[in-house]
Amino acid sequence: MSELRDSYDVAVVGAGPAGLAAATVCARAGLATVLFDEQPAPGGQIYRSVTTTPVKRDTILGADYWAGAALAQKFVASGAHYVPGATVWNLTREREIGVSVGGAARLLAAERVILATGALERPFPIPGWTLPGVMTASAGQILLKSSGLVPDGRTVVAGCGPLLWLIAWQYLNAGVRIDAILETTTAERAAAWRHAPAFATSPYFLKGLRMVLAVRRRVRVVSNVTELRAEGRDRVEAVAWRTARGSEQRLPVDNLFLHQGVVPNVNLAMAAGIEHRWDDVQLCFAPVLDNDGGTAIPGVAIAGDGAGIAGAEAAQARGMLAGLAAVRAIRPNAPELAETDAVRARLARFIPGREFLDTYYKPAAQFRRPAPDTLVCRCEEVTAGQIVDTVALGCTGPNQMKAFLRCGMGPCQGRECGLTVTELIAQARGVSPQEVGYYRLRPPVKPITLGELASLPKNQAALRSVARG
Amino acid sequence: MFRRLPDADGSSVEVTIDGRSTRVRAGDTVAAALLSAGVLASRISDVSGAPRAPYCMMGVCFECLVTVDGVGNRQGCLMPVKPGMRIDTQHGKREVGR
Repeated sequence: MSELRDSYDVAVVGAGPAGLAAATVCARAGLATVLFDEQPAPGGQIYRSVTTTPVKRDTILGADYWAGAALAQKFVASGAHYVPGATVWNLTREREIGVSVGGAARLLAAERVILATGALERPFPIPGWTLPGVMTASAGQILLKSSGLVPDGRTVVAGCGPLLWLIAWQYLNAGVRIDAILETTTAERAAAWRHAPAFATSPYFLKGLRMVLAVRRRVRVVSNVTELRAEGRDRVEAVAWRTARGSEQRLPVDNLFLHQGVVPNVNLAMAAGIEHRWDDVQLCFAPVLDNDGGTAIPGVAIAGDGAGIAGAEAAQARGMLAGLAAVRAIRPNAPELAETDAVRARLARFIPGREFLDTYYKPAAQFRRPAPDTLVCRCEEVTAGQIVDTVALGCTGPNQMKAFLRCGMGPCQGRECGLTVTELIAQARGVSPQEVGYYRLRPPVKPITLGELASLPKNQAALRSVARG
Repeated sequence: MFRRLPDADGSSVEVTIDGRSTRVRAGDTVAAALLSAGVLASRISDVSGAPRAPYCMMGVCFECLVTVDGVGNRQGCLMPVKPGMRIDTQHGKREVGR
């Protein structure tokens, strides 16, 4: 990491569509640009391993996946400094970045910072979700994209959302047998249809419809699943479910994939002090931003799904807008700025119909706020009932609760339980999730060792501050 | 349980998993290598002792915490395998000195 500079014009965090597009725009305009990414290869999750995947038959992952290859190539050719395997664990209001690469930590500064940390799977707390053999649909997709690994044995996919159908479609393309898709739906699904005319104009409409129909023709789909449980001792052995008006059913399984949508990955942005608000449609916290993704912290922007879920195409456009805003601030006469209106128009194409998807695939209440005996915090093994009980003790939000239960204080730092905790406490108190708030996130936003911290280069002032006498 | 698509053959590297010498695909992450080798649990929960396996594969859930080359609490899904790597499933908390 010796070739890293102490300061850059622009630092981008995350190498998905938004981060790649943002860094490419900035580097091509001549700005000294660095991009940090936690993964070993560019692409983020949607274009995961697009430059390295062993899955060469392009019919398996589909044309939309391979579109990411051009984006990655443009980025590589842009001259931006690419740092893979890098964990960004701090961002200050003064735009100082703490990053670890290969076991060594560094601090560096940037005139502009663009956070493109993307999305993560919404927590899906059901009984048995911690059993080996149960994983997120994204995890299955990542294993396919990056390693050519597919499930072997009896396989069930459960939950809701566009990605559920995409992974099923990709598995079928790869010759994987899916025993069943268990679709969890909400009673309010009918409300989505008033957004249907807008969605019909979306480029996603026909593609999505074709995909769902192709999957439905080949897989048993159980709709209106209202209860869901993974069973087993040391690994998942069966999945049990109940539909709105049916008796309990059970299938033996070796692999169970869960998915109920994705939500912004907020940890770094929240720890930097960027304001987030509860989104009542997407049921998650999203940052407060201007039209270019700019935050209230001067010079810091958020692009892509970390700014609110809108998909890969929108992420790319929002990445470009954030990049162009950085170019405008540093090189106001750069010719690249002429692209701005075209990018805004491109973004506008992918916004209509989003409300249809968000409403139609809204995760049901019982899968967001599970029954009392269900584990919510995977790390510290805390149940929904324990969390709700702390409200009676006077806890008004997640930050008082965790002092009693350690819930959210394990290594995942609340990523797998945060939204569930907020919604459980909000319901128990009879107030909105906005009023309850989220965990107070602090750096380091990923665990780092004392050794890594000790490896930080020290200046004379720092040495004097701890010297005796 | 996972199997490899025929597309995905290629070079392999030798690592040890809990002391057993195993060939895994070059380019896989540690977590993917464990799943492809049929390792059921990558760690044992330090709270209840329950077995856990990779859940998110994207650096979020920390269920794939393993000991790599003697260093505990490594996120297996973020580390590419290297020839000769010693991978040990993690039982409970990271131990002092590793």
